[in-house]
Amino acid sequence: MSAPVAPADKRRVDAPMRPPWSQQGLLEVFRHRYILTLLVRREIAARYQGSVLGLLWSYLNPLSQFLIYYFVMGILFGRAQRTEDFAIHVFCGLIVVHFFVETMNAGTRSIVRNKSLVQKMAVPREMFPVASMLVSLFHVAPQVLILLVATLIAGWQPDPVGLIYGVLGLLIAMILGTAMALMFSAANVFMRDISNAVSILSNFVRFGVPMMYPYALVAARFRGHTDLYLLNPMTQSVLCFQRAFWVGATDDPARTAAIDLPPDFFFLTVRALAISFAVLVFAQSTFTRLERRIPERLL
Amino acid sequence: MGRKSDTRSIVVRHVSKTFTLRYHRTLKQMSVAMLRQQELSDSFLAVDDVSFTVQQGESIGLMGLNGSGKSTLLKMINGIMRPDSGKVLTRGRTAGLIATGAGFHAQLSGRDNVYLNAAILGMTEAETRRKFDDIVEFADIGKFLDSPVGHYSSGMFARLGFAVAIHVDADIFLADEVLAVGDRPFKKKCLAKMQEIRDGGTTLFYVSHSAGSVRKMCERVLVLEKGRLMFDGGVDEGIKFLHYDDDKESALDTEDELDEEMGADI
Repeated sequence: MSAPVAPADKRRVDAPMRPPWSQQGLLEVFRHRYILTLLVRREIAARYQGSVLGLLWSYLNPLSQFLIYYFVMGILFGRAQRTEDFAIHVFCGLIVVHFFVETMNAGTRSIVRNKSLVQKMAVPREMFPVASMLVSLFHVAPQVLILLVATLIAGWQPDPVGLIYGVLGLLIAMILGTAMALMFSAANVFMRDISNAVSILSNFVRFGVPMMYPYALVAARFRGHTDLYLLNPMTQSVLCFQRAFWVGATDDPARTAAIDLPPDFFFLTVRALAISFAVLVFAQSTFTRLERRIPERLL
Repeated sequence: MGRKSDTRSIVVRHVSKTFTLRYHRTLKQMSVAMLRQQELSDSFLAVDDVSFTVQQGESIGLMGLNGSGKSTLLKMINGIMRPDSGKVLTRGRTAGLIATGAGFHAQLSGRDNVYLNAAILGMTEAETRRKFDDIVEFADIGKFLDSPVGHYSSGMFARLGFAVAIHVDADIFLADEVLAVGDRPFKKKCLAKMQEIRDGGTTLFYVSHSAGSVRKMCERVLVLEKGRLMFDGGVDEGIKFLHYDDDKESALDTEDELDEEMGADI
């Protein structure tokens, strides 16, 4: 029988004594970049494994939505004749809305779905909603590529200011999406009802932003009372994307911007960013409050 | 901390953890229970005011009946759960055989899963690459390395999980019910590897019901009973305290036999 070695004459650890649990918080997630990359890669690789069309489903879903909106709103309701390049108008909105809704839905389920990991490893648990956001973001790039081709055919002239708005628009959706994913993922552990509520919320997002109808219509119908509508950061996110890729494709961009975009556009964009960020801070504090009890409630 | 060199590895001070048991989840169940004046929830003290200190390089056997709070205590030392009150401090990197197979994705290949699993246990990419061949050799899964782990037999799945966990360079090594899975040659390999880890000076925290393997692996025993620390001391006294020494159950016997066999190689 081997005699146990006398303590600490072979290995001496100089690290300080500290609590074993991982520091939590969003910033901490980015210190674990390697594992985040692996998680995102796993999600992407595993999502459509075993299906014949594979990754193509990520485009078929938004494409089918696009066709439905275009047919119902554009052709049936006649929007296509009244709004210039209506297809591009819809598609601009669809890209950010689809990204946001995906992030929110997949994010909400992320912790419950990864429970075997959550119960066994001491990493910041914000990792899972953030990974969901990044997986959804991964699918945005090819969609933007399709949009670029379409809008160039329609006669789009790129302008630097517009492109900056495009980036800001995506940023708003990213921040707000992460905030929602964070908040709902923790809440969903305690009440699985949350994921059902979130799919209802998704519908509000789809119809509550100027995607299948132009903003000009809202401005005309609710003249002077559009404040609440514009307070929704996702409205501004969609408008930013349209400013980037749709306005420049119309015959008279200056006129389009004047009619179909709200005044004080820059201010509204900054405000939407600020609101999204405030929601993110609130989401993080909610998450931190709930997070402690997550492992034991995940049974 | 007043001493000139601090050799403590794990400090657990007055740690308690309560779980809330919720009997009724839906609104309907809750209202029915309220009408009948039944309890809606109940709390249960899984770990109750436990304190101990472990020095670097010590090997501790954590024993106790099922449900005595061993795994909960281990989870708190590992940082997965936080205690409701009290303090847990550890020094250096903690790893172990409690997260074996965590995050294995049935549709990904064994290779991809090794990288992911190693990352979950705190290994960097370079470290995983360096140890990759050792891990694969230890798991002994041969040509199945590149097929999805969903096609593995349960033994192969467990072996791959063990192989990754046991190759993490840790300062504190936690092992929970290591011998529950795997065939005999593999168990033997695991125990030998754990002895190697222990002899390298890593602090070992070993949960087991087997008196024989605790006797082999450990120099100190903690016994939990209903969440309270009832015994902290020498191995033989600890086993006596638990009345495990006079058990003649066949399961324990084979474990002891296994240990006897292993005595020869070491």
